[in-house]
Amino acid sequence: MTDATPLLELRGLGVQLPGDGGPRAVLHGIDLTLGAGEALGLVGESGSGKSMTMRAITGLLPPGAQLDGTVRFEGEDIAAMAPSTLRRYRDRGVGMVFQDPRAHINPTRRIGSFLTEALTLNRGLGRRAAQARAIATLSEVGIDEPERRLRQYPHELSGGMLQRVMIASVLLAEPRLLLADEPTTALDVTIQAEVVGILDQLRRDRGLGMVFVTHDLDLALAVCHRVAVMYAGRIVEVRSAERMHEENAHPYTRGLLGSRPAIDHRAERLTAIPGRPVSAFEAGPGCAFATRCAHVQPLCRERPPELAPFRGGLVRCHRVAEIHQETSDGTSSQEATA
Amino acid sequence: MARLILHRLGGLLVTLLLSSMVIFGSLYLAPGSPENVLFGNRAPSAATRAAVRHQLHLDQPLPVRYWDWLTGALHGDLGRSMVTGQPVAERVGAGLTTTLLLVAMATVLIALLGLGLGTLAALRPGPVDAGVSVATSVSVTVPPFVASTVLISVFAVRLGWFPASGTEPGFLGSLHSLVLPACALALIACGFLARVTRDALREQLVREHVQTAEARGLARWPLLRRHVFRNALPPVITAMGLLTAGLLAGTLVVESAFAVPGIGQLTIQSVAQKDFPVVQAVALLLVAAFVICNAATDLIQALIDPRLRAAGRNT
Repeated sequence: MTDATPLLELRGLGVQLPGDGGPRAVLHGIDLTLGAGEALGLVGESGSGKSMTMRAITGLLPPGAQLDGTVRFEGEDIAAMAPSTLRRYRDRGVGMVFQDPRAHINPTRRIGSFLTEALTLNRGLGRRAAQARAIATLSEVGIDEPERRLRQYPHELSGGMLQRVMIASVLLAEPRLLLADEPTTALDVTIQAEVVGILDQLRRDRGLGMVFVTHDLDLALAVCHRVAVMYAGRIVEVRSAERMHEENAHPYTRGLLGSRPAIDHRAERLTAIPGRPVSAFEAGPGCAFATRCAHVQPLCRERPPELAPFRGGLVRCHRVAEIHQETSDGTSSQEATA
Repeated sequence: MARLILHRLGGLLVTLLLSSMVIFGSLYLAPGSPENVLFGNRAPSAATRAAVRHQLHLDQPLPVRYWDWLTGALHGDLGRSMVTGQPVAERVGAGLTTTLLLVAMATVLIALLGLGLGTLAALRPGPVDAGVSVATSVSVTVPPFVASTVLISVFAVRLGWFPASGTEPGFLGSLHSLVLPACALALIACGFLARVTRDALREQLVREHVQTAEARGLARWPLLRRHVFRNALPPVITAMGLLTAGLLAGTLVVESAFAVPGIGQLTIQSVAQKDFPVVQAVALLLVAAFVICNAATDLIQALIDPRLRAAGRNT
């Protein structure tokens, strides 16, 4: 592996699922690269294809799914991997923190078994050695009495603690890429910040690459270097987290940023993006966001826009330059009247 | 766990006691009096009838008779057959070995075929699954008396591999002659268990925690063993418990069809002859089998699922 090879590279990634009237596209032309140690946020509404992208990265697509394009991990195409290589890639290359730890940890087995099974089964590590490492890692994610936890069952732990166990299980495998699929959505708000903090800290300490999936744009901006906004199975904007607040350009990204309540003053009514999110296969021939966009023009409904560079990022919008012009004028005139 | 066992044991005894009352009461409330069977066509004098009734303790009130029977039963004395005069325990005991052997063979068949076919269908979608599905659909529609007739005509009469009726001497002889009855008895349960097994495994295979295990790169076999089979057990164990208990009732039909001298045949004879002490003992035995199977099912469930163990502690 040379330095030029990215940790993860998605090229033209598309996924089609079997549907009633033939295959339905749920992901379309995803291009993303992630360097070692880099954190990338994947943001979008439910059904925008975030989780499907994660599944495609681990090679765990639902039965009957059709994959287009390539997913390369350290330069190696995972679709071309032999089963044993793929298992090795899942064991050591990539680690996944799932959304709902209660559903994603086998309820009939002890925490100790969950934490050590990959080490003992995949790598032939002895039981005691594996347990010792599990105990050390549990302490690292801030769980007290780790020895006792190993003997407990998942139902005896709180959701936040269980998510830490999940994070510990991923860290134990020492992967180079961390996938976090809405790791805090199923948790209490007070626990969310803690869990994100732990995840972020450990990622930095170990220099892991991370793809962080969330529907919370602000959260993604806080823990990631770069953020990709997804809509209807496509990427509509990619930008560095630092510049997202100032330079956001796609109408959908603006809608997302505008629809959260401001902390400094009381909002009478939250701004919502009109309409409902569409799936990739429901989108017409033009821009998938056209049905909900305030700036829509006939061209938008006819021809799909390409992901093109705009002010330091990538934006998929025909009218991005005009909209930017209009709104920056608008803000300045508003500021003038105020 | 110990608490749960005690809990189940207590429930078991109460159930047995209550059902013994119901069985005892209902038999005596049934039309026709036991002594009429003894007299047959003869019309006895009032004095003779009274004497016989006294000898059979039929002149005493029901609660007293129940108490006498119960204390006797607890000491292992289930009374004497009204027809042959043999001790009931002896009559029942003679058939019990045969019947238990028959039920055991059927259970093994059900476990092997039902679990095997169900697992195969769950893990091999497509033609294999479809084939198993057809086979199990047919098998659950064939009642034991039809299965018995077909098995006898093919394997006993035409091919002559197994005897058509009765049992051969010796343990191996019994085994050999019980093959066909066991098959007839197991047929429906096999199909049923295969379907339950298939559905339970399918449900587990798509579970999130199985996805986790897959995402960690576990090999297929350890993954199935640790995360699919064990988690799919509860409905399978419940079905097996109910089916095994139901097998004892099923022996009534199958033992008659194959003239197997077991409990089933004894029950049918005794009911026809109104041999009440024997019927009582057998009915109670069936109830006990059901209750024990149920209790065993619950305990095994608790062993499998730690959440149930916790529930047992709280009650």
